[in-house]
Amino acid sequence: MSKIAEGLLYSESHEWVKVDGNVAIIGVSDFAQSEMGDITYVEMPDVDDEVEAGSDFGALESVKTSSELIAPVSGKVVARNDELEDKPELINEDAYAAWIIKVEMSDESELDALLNAAAYAEIAK
Amino acid sequence: MKYYDKLIFELSQPGRIGFSLPEIPGQARNDFKGSTVWRESKLDLPEVSEVDVVRHYTNLSQMNFGVDTGFYPLGSCTMKYNPKINEEIANMPAFLGLHPLQPESTTKGALEIYVGMDKALAAITGMKHFTFLPCAGAHGELTGLMLMREYHMSRGDSARTKVIVPDSAHGTNPASAAVCGLDIVVVKSKENGLVDVEALKPLLGPDIAGIMMTNPNTLGLFERDIKEIAKLVHDCGGLLYYDGANMNPLLGMVRPGDMGFDIMHLNLHKTFSTPHGGGGPGAGPVGVSDKVLPFLHIPRVSGFHGNFGIILRAYAYILMLGREHVKMAGKLATLGANYIKESLKDCYKLPIPTVCKHEFVFDGLLEDNGVSTLDVAKRLLDYGFHAPTIYFPLLFHQAIMIEPTETESLETLDAFIAVMRKIAEEAKADPEMLHGAPHCTPIGRPDETTAARQPVLKYD
Repeated sequence: MSKIAEGLLYSESHEWVKVDGNVAIIGVSDFAQSEMGDITYVEMPDVDDEVEAGSDFGALESVKTSSELIAPVSGKVVARNDELEDKPELINEDAYAAWIIKVEMSDESELDALLNAAAYAEIAK
Repeated sequence: MKYYDKLIFELSQPGRIGFSLPEIPGQARNDFKGSTVWRESKLDLPEVSEVDVVRHYTNLSQMNFGVDTGFYPLGSCTMKYNPKINEEIANMPAFLGLHPLQPESTTKGALEIYVGMDKALAAITGMKHFTFLPCAGAHGELTGLMLMREYHMSRGDSARTKVIVPDSAHGTNPASAAVCGLDIVVVKSKENGLVDVEALKPLLGPDIAGIMMTNPNTLGLFERDIKEIAKLVHDCGGLLYYDGANMNPLLGMVRPGDMGFDIMHLNLHKTFSTPHGGGGPGAGPVGVSDKVLPFLHIPRVSGFHGNFGIILRAYAYILMLGREHVKMAGKLATLGANYIKESLKDCYKLPIPTVCKHEFVFDGLLEDNGVSTLDVAKRLLDYGFHAPTIYFPLLFHQAIMIEPTETESLETLDAFIAVMRKIAEEAKADPEMLHGAPHCTPIGRPDETTAARQPVLKYD
């Protein structure tokens, strides 16, 4: 059974969002990492790149498969977790600690379309 | 299997040689000294005797698994037996000694092979003509998509920038479209594994260059709505691309041209019995309908047209089977796949229970007891079978994709079925043993994760 952290928002494509003012901190859920298996590479956008809700902003690769990362919200990338370049396994170790990017949201109402932990638990099984 | 893991450099002994060459005469040596081709340091070669070399490579080759050593049910790869007559013909000195820069007047025989192959493939597929330039399936896809783009551009139809790809497609389809500068639109499959025609309709419009389809698809199912799909795509102004990876079951029975496809590639190395695996060599000739013919590279035949040796082998195979027997290949491949599927569906989860073509997909064990598809595949190696394709297609989480091909006897299929049933029993009795499989191969489970995270790509 995968872990679902309370207090975060989730997308149907298994990204999580932690809201910090007008910044969205984005990662992938524990369910996503367990389905992927050992993650070997994280492709991330650069700081200052624009991401668009519903479009891919990068990708995860594992021994088993690869999967696009879908942006849950739109906005400008203000930080990325460069530690993941050398240590993609951080996502496997703790998916909720290993954030991928931080986005300055251009439309906070997009958050309304995301799921809470209870609703996401229905999908992630 | 004997365990052998030496590198040839590890056998090296200073001064040991296998072959003595005469000294270079003084003058010739001096001609090169100091020039740009003169090495500053000695070439780092292993110092070994002839028998060291022969034993080294023979030992390595004995650790190989191939179609010549056992059953190889690798789904989507059509690992059929490669008849030895293909090799005999391809190794005839007159073919083997050909050089691409030879004057054309001395290569008429080779040109005749291309012309004969063009006619044979046109008859089998219902296409008008083929180009033999592409050296593999994905190369063929890119060539085909470039032809599709040329077709639209020639009509001033520059807004067609999107290609539709079903969610069951081979990964190469969207990859080729992206390389060609086209955007990808995914059309979903229905519960029964076939393209959802109703979901396709709203995607069609003046921005659609075409659709790429594999038929039968990667689940081994025949896309029975293909005529309707062809009409819808043509009506919106798009073209249909046929991914020939799964052509084997249709040989001599159904032609992509008659289904309405405009452009296609064939994987000669799959369907027409030429050796493949490990990345090549392949041949992915592209065929076109009348509509696209004006955009095919002219002349279609020249000295540098694809992997000639592979085309020659495939031509030998087609001529050997002949018009009548080519049909039997597809029928027997289909029969073999259905036989395995029906014999194992009480132990393995069969997500789509309909009649399949040359291959089908299980979704793991019915009673998995914590045993994954990877465990099953690894355990098969202990019993002397190559593992099937696993974790593809992505539609199912524990996919096992089995393709026996027509070249296997009933006895081989029965032996495989018996082993698969035995593994299902082992999963119930001793799952731990399966997590550790294989137990009888020189290497058990290589650490793929570390190999991917920290690859060592060079011998020091």
